[in-house]
Amino acid sequence: MGTSKIEERYDRNFDTISHGEQKTLGGSKVVVIGLGGLGGCVCEMLARIGIGNLTLIDGDVFEHSNLNRQLLSEEGLIGFSKAQAAKDRVNAINSDVIVNHLAEYVDESNLYDRIKNGDVVMDCLDSISTRFKLQKAAKKASIPIVSGAIAGVAGQVTVIFPGDKGYELIYGKKGGKQSEGVETKTGNIAYCAFLVAALQSSECLKVLLDRGDILRNKLLIAELWTNTFDIVDLL
Amino acid sequence: MIKIDLKLFVTLSKYQPENSKGLEIAEETTVEKLMKDLGIPSELVKLIFINGKMQKSKYRLKHNDRVGLFPPVGGG
Repeated sequence: MGTSKIEERYDRNFDTISHGEQKTLGGSKVVVIGLGGLGGCVCEMLARIGIGNLTLIDGDVFEHSNLNRQLLSEEGLIGFSKAQAAKDRVNAINSDVIVNHLAEYVDESNLYDRIKNGDVVMDCLDSISTRFKLQKAAKKASIPIVSGAIAGVAGQVTVIFPGDKGYELIYGKKGGKQSEGVETKTGNIAYCAFLVAALQSSECLKVLLDRGDILRNKLLIAELWTNTFDIVDLL
Repeated sequence: MIKIDLKLFVTLSKYQPENSKGLEIAEETTVEKLMKDLGIPSELVKLIFINGKMQKSKYRLKHNDRVGLFPPVGGG
């Protein structure tokens, strides 16, 4: 896409995000792990914000039970790769974004390799134990994690820099042995997933631009039955 | 007696007492004791935050404390 088209795309953002900042975002690499309720929305928003390089990872395919909340899921895409759908969506939104899509699950054996070239990794996983593995890999790769998690109409967001205690502060030292939280009982409601994904995207942008208040060692907790938004000091 | 504001999140909300805003409890009550009195199994609580700060279950509650208990949340 030519320069003038790029200018036109972001023209109305420039009182909020400067030309220089837009250029920084265009030169940034973000890895999104998990392309379900959170990850699908995060891809959408990062593509529209103009992150220049996205690595999108999920080994799963769409099922009917995803249609209640996952932005990228469609009736016609049941059985289709989430990673391919995410790539197709990002390409359709913003052809300037370089997309690497990986239709595979992550574990200790491949996490470091998959994230090491990123500037930020977005934790959109649905497993607490894998989140701990991601933190270990991100520490080794020296990149920050923007983490979101949801259950029912509640959600949480935090940012973990290399060397931070991170998930240990939220789930406890033994938390890494736990694979699932209460979302197995509550399910996840679409608007809560979208809200938490939006908060994650905002934190990603702030980390990349080193701007604003970042949720480092803090946990934002949102609960939508009561419109409660708390920011808790984790230290 | 002292008064506290108590909020129980997600699956813990079923243990929420009716008068959770301005809930009267005995002085020097710990969070641990409060949870026991309300019948909340300790393994269901992952985060205890008092006045916006993380605390341990041994914390002794004070008048006007805002208390939040949060379960483990890991969905994506």
